[in-house]
Formats: sequence, structure tokens, C-alpha cells
Amino acid sequence: MAVGLPENIFITRLDAAANWARSNSLWPMPFATACCGIELMATAASRHDLARFGAEVMRFSPRQCDLLIVAGRVVMKMLPVLQRIWLQMPEPKWCISMGACACSGGVFDTYAVVQGVDRFIPVDMYVPGCPPRPEQLLAAVIDMQEKVRRTGTIMGREFVSRDTSSGPSPFDLQEQHRIEDSRLIQLGGFSAAATSTVEGDA
Amino acid sequence: MVSLQELQDQFGSEIQERVFRDNRFIDVPAEQLLQLLSGLKTQFSFDMLVDITAVDWLDYEGATDRFSVVYLLLNVDSGERLTVRTAVNLPDPALPSVCSLWMGADWMEREVYDMFGISFTEHPDLRRILMPEEFSAFPLRKDYPLKGRGERHNFPVITRSEG
Amino acid sequence: MPLSPVATHSSESADREYVWTLNFGPQHPATHTTLRLVLTLDGEKVLKAVPYIGYLHSGFEKLAEHLDFNQYVTIADRMNYLSPLANEIAWHHSVEKLLGIELTPRCRYLRTILAELMRLHDHLLNLGTTALDLGGFTAFLYFFQQREHIYDIVELASGQRFHTSYTRVGGVLFDVNTDWVNRVRKFIREFPPVYEEVDRLLTKNRIFVDRTQGIGYLSREDAINLSATGPVARASGVERDLRRDDPYLAYSELDFDVICSRGGDCYARYLVRMQEMLESLKILEQAIENIPSGPVNIAVDSDMVLPPKPAVYRSIEGLIQHFEMVMPNRSHDVPREQVYAATESPNGELGFYIVGNDESRAWRARTRPPSFIHFAMFPHMIRDHQLSDVVAVLGSLNIIAAELDR
Repeated sequence: MAVGLPENIFITRLDAAANWARSNSLWPMPFATACCGIELMATAASRHDLARFGAEVMRFSPRQCDLLIVAGRVVMKMLPVLQRIWLQMPEPKWCISMGACACSGGVFDTYAVVQGVDRFIPVDMYVPGCPPRPEQLLAAVIDMQEKVRRTGTIMGREFVSRDTSSGPSPFDLQEQHRIEDSRLIQLGGFSAAATSTVEGDA
Repeated sequence: MVSLQELQDQFGSEIQERVFRDNRFIDVPAEQLLQLLSGLKTQFSFDMLVDITAVDWLDYEGATDRFSVVYLLLNVDSGERLTVRTAVNLPDPALPSVCSLWMGADWMEREVYDMFGISFTEHPDLRRILMPEEFSAFPLRKDYPLKGRGERHNFPVITRSEG
Repeated sequence: MPLSPVATHSSESADREYVWTLNFGPQHPATHTTLRLVLTLDGEKVLKAVPYIGYLHSGFEKLAEHLDFNQYVTIADRMNYLSPLANEIAWHHSVEKLLGIELTPRCRYLRTILAELMRLHDHLLNLGTTALDLGGFTAFLYFFQQREHIYDIVELASGQRFHTSYTRVGGVLFDVNTDWVNRVRKFIREFPPVYEEVDRLLTKNRIFVDRTQGIGYLSREDAINLSATGPVARASGVERDLRRDDPYLAYSELDFDVICSRGGDCYARYLVRMQEMLESLKILEQAIENIPSGPVNIAVDSDMVLPPKPAVYRSIEGLIQHFEMVMPNRSHDVPREQVYAATESPNGELGFYIVGNDESRAWRARTRPPSFIHFAMFPHMIRDHQLSDVVAVLGSLNIIAAELDR
């Protein structure tokens, strides 16, 4: 306690005070698509009780949340929805990618499943497991709090410096070749560009 | 139990039967399909359509047709099951819709259309059901690769500064 | 009154300017997963509901063509994630029918016990979340506690609490021990008091009854015409349960009742599920006391089943046998035939239509998903109801997106 101050007065940095408040009241946005959503439910339910860590205020409106939990595989029809939800969340915001499918596609290396959401939105924390046990998700939330406390700034300067996607490089080479091939042979393109080429030639 | 003889008498002698384990399969040409199915529903009281699915026979040893479409029928009261199979081929695989017989056929036919590109004439609303509207391939055909043709990664990337 | 088909693109209400459109989903708390409805509303009355699905389509059936019969069990697991083991049992039930395998008595009982635990698992979550959506949080917490006990039981048997990947062609991964049996006995003892508590909380709860009774009516004719199965069909008076009508596993040797109702509404579906849990408990009690001893897998020299792990790790013969079994073209002797086999999963008839090729992976494995078929009925059932009834009907149909979209 600093000398010369009256009782009940603390001196701290504004950043630290903001981080302390933010980290202990994370409001998660549960983007639960599949199996991991059930484990997310289990984390919030009776035995594991996420409320012990101040993160039980699940809000289903992205505008009220600061922690996106992507629980479950994201397929290509769902990805634009996920991106829109991420954009709708106010700053400062963080993202936990829960489970093997959200992190990397998991066992679903198929035509429809996005091979890791970190290719398309920024991810702060990866939780392995298929699905992760509730304890693992709790650990991730605690780590998330630690990260917010350690790196957070009140104006969000830590986000500004990172202008590239924080995951691994968005395309692997094979995937790139497949995309190029598909445009060359013009079969089943999905993007507007690919579709218009097909029409233009026909 | 409906006998093959009865069916052949009524719906033509091209109808074949095959039994494997406890499954009975009735093979019928596509032209007689609707007639046979409505007959099975009205006269032999197969009142539930359990499922419709299709099989792609590309490169299957000994297969003569490209696709077969499979109708799994069930008589709810007696518990009797019957599987009706018919063959369709490229370039224009099409079958009559059975939505008028069983309302439940609606989504099943849409799924077969979505996955195999087999269209059903007179279906009330034949659109893609599982894949996005813009998708142009038919994923369960054998000539479509498991990992797709890169469609799954044709999206813009959102970075931290954009978010 | 029979339902008429809903024309999805009809313009019957287009000239009424006061109707408005509400987008429901694909990310909405009451859908629990990913499905999307576009509702056309007149005030709060639903004139039309158009479902859009496919937001979780992950290519299960395509994967089945690339993985062998034992590998695909990991994928089948992830189909209906409220009752993972029930999917495994259904998948291997179909595979074993294709291959013509007769299971050992112990395995039949073990799988029966697991299937009934999964029925409890599914109904517990479904009823809990339905109550949660309708405003009753307590039942969810009480039921989830019981689900955790079932998680512990399957974890003790298989090593994984959620996606167990426990069944194998011709048996299971490894046998259970007496500890496990005692654990199940303990669960059977401890479950009824919690059940009664929730029963007291919900069954005669004025609010709950008002929000479910008379909502989402489905007549017997419509249920059959729309291919409904499972609790949804039985709540509409279709007396059909594959466990009784087409017995598989050990069900023919066990005594249980098929629960039916004539109500046809959401409340009837709730009651059927509640009663079914008691029947499942009855089956569990009989099966756990009568579980036969003996081997759990069929004989290794049948060339159908993987050898036990200790043999693989400690003897050269076991290693060779294992190697032969995992080689795609040297393992099972698969007939070039087609087969459809179904089990009564918690949600309804879960069947697989498998086309055999020479190798030990399916040429085509079609899932007959009950959720997909039940969700197709939703536009018919919700018409002319209030907006708030949407969650009640969705909950009572128990739509699981991964099974819906595969």
C-alpha cells in the first residue's frame, strides 16, 4: 500500500484495471454447431459449472458478447454466418476454437467442411479433443483470462498490430492446386467468379 | 406377403425379385416405377415410405447402369418390408416423383437430386437441400473427389484489423 | 383433419401487406444446433414456415465410401451426438447383417444395455432442453446431472466419455468388468428419485402443459404418410417399435412395453419420452442381471473380427491377424449385395442401406436419418400456431443437426 494514501485507495495502471475487469467477466457467444456444443452445454451445466470462472453469461446475441466459442465443425454453408457473427461482436473480442473440427477440420476432411476456422477468422485459443472434455474447455477459459490480463490494453492496441490472420497460412499448396484445377476444368465451381466463367464459355 | 407372381401379372413381366438375408428387392424398369409404387401403396397397403436413396455404379464391376434409385417401403400394420429398385442413366437421369403418394417423399427426393443430380418430374419444389444453391456439382457421384474441388476454401479471410 | 401439402413458393399471402417475415436461425439458441427457418407471420401467427437445412452437411455418406467398416464407426458416432453409441450399434448392426455375422450372447446383452443407456441419454437431454426453452431451467440441471453419470459409465467401458467408438464388427473394443456392472446397477438405483422429481416439476406444471398441449398436432395418418418413426410416431398412435416388431440384439428375450399415445401433440411426445425412460430402466434392470458370461467377440479365426489387443502386441500371430484385418482387400469376405437394416434409435428408425463391394468398405452407405424425416414434417405441424410454439415443436421433434444434414 502506497504511503500517504487514505484507506481503500489503490493505484494501478488503467490497462491493468480494464484487463482485470474484462478477464473476470467474459461473456461467451456459444457458436455451437455440433457435438462440441453438447460438451459446451455440459460445461455450463450442473457438474462443471462455468459460472465459477465468471464466464457463464451465455448471450446468444453477438452484440453483447466478447468471447466467441466456435464449438463444432463449420461447413461452407455456415462459414459466412460465422464471419458475420464475428464482425457483429464489439471490440475487444476474443475467439476460442473448440474441438478438432473447428481447429483443423478433424476427421471430416471432406468437400463441405472448412479445414479450420482460423483460416477465415482470427483465433486466440485452440482446444484440442473430439470433443474436448469440459475440463479442457474450463482450462481454455482460464488461459484466456490469463492472456487477456497479460496482453490486453484498454484501447485494444494489441489487436491493431496484428493485421494478418493469426492461424497457419490460409491455404496449403495441395488445396491451392485443387482450386486452380477446378477453375481450369470448370467443374462445380462454388465462387461467383468460377460460376461466371462457366456461363461465359457456354 | 405380396408375391412376385401377383406383381408380375399386374405390372408387367419385367419385374424381377431378389432376396438377400431378410431383405426382398423388387427390380423394376423406370417406366413402370410409378405404376408399381402406387399399386403397392393402394392394393398391398405399403403405407409408409421409409426412405429413398440412390447408388452410383460408376466403375463397379459388372454394373450395367449408372445409377439405381432405391425405394424402401414398409407396411406399418404387418411390418412387411419391400425394397423397390430401378435404374436410371446419364445424360438426363429423371424419374417420376412419388410425392403425390407419400408426402414424406418430398425431402428425400430433394436430397437425391442434391447429391446425385437425379431429377424427379412433377416434384413440387425440386431445389438443392443440403448444399448451397450456388453449388454446381453433385457430391455423392463417384467422379466427385472426397475432398472436393476447393469449394470449401473459396471464402474471404477476415483478419484482426478488419474485425 | 388431414394436413395438406405445403407449397413452398405459393403466393397465397403475398397480397396481404401486413404479413412479415422472420428469419429464425441458423444460429439461434432454441435450435440448439444449426437449422434455419424462414417464417411468414401474421402478427404472431405463423402462416408459413420454410426450413433451410444443410448448415452442418459434412459429407458423412461420402466418407463412408472411403473408410472401412471399423473406421467408419468413428464417423457414425458423430451423427446423432445425443446418443453416439446408438449410432455405432445401428451401423454395425447393418454391417453384420451384410457380412452374416451372428453375435455372441454376451455382446448382444452388452450392446442392448448400451443402447438403452443411450436412449436415456438422448431423452434426458431432449426433455431437459425442451423444458429449458419453455422456461424451466431446473429440469435441465437435474437431468444433466444424470447424463454425467451415464457419461461416466460409458467412459468406464470405452475410455472416452462422448464419442466412444466402442463397437467393432463382430463385437466391441474390449469387454466390461464387474466394476462396470456395479456402476450400472448403482445408476439404476439412483435414477428413479431424480426422475420423479422432474416428473413433479414438469408433468403437471400449468405453464409447461399450456405451452405443449394441443401444440403441433400430428394425426396417425399423417405420421405414417410423412414417414414418422420412433417417439414422434408413437405419440401419434402408430404402434410400432423395432425392438418389438423386428427384434434385434437381446430385445426378444427381455420384457418391456411399447409406449404409445393418441394425443399427437407436443405434450404427448413429452409423455411418451418420459414413459420410455422408465421402460428403458426396466430393460436395463433385466439385462444387467442376466448378462451372460463368455466371450464378447466372435471367434478370431472367423476372419471377421479384430484380434484382442494383448494378442496383437505380444504375439506374432496376433499381429499378423490384425494386419490382415486392417488391409482393405484382405480382410472381410464381403458379399456383393445390398442390405438395409434398421434399429430403433432414441429418435426413431435409424437404418443403414449398405452396398457391399469386394473390399471391406462400403460402396455406398446410406443413412436413414430420423431427424431429417421428422424435420420435413415441421412446416405442416407449425402452421397456424403462434411464434412461441416454434421452439416447443422443434424441441418435441428432437432435431439433431448432424443427423439432419450428415
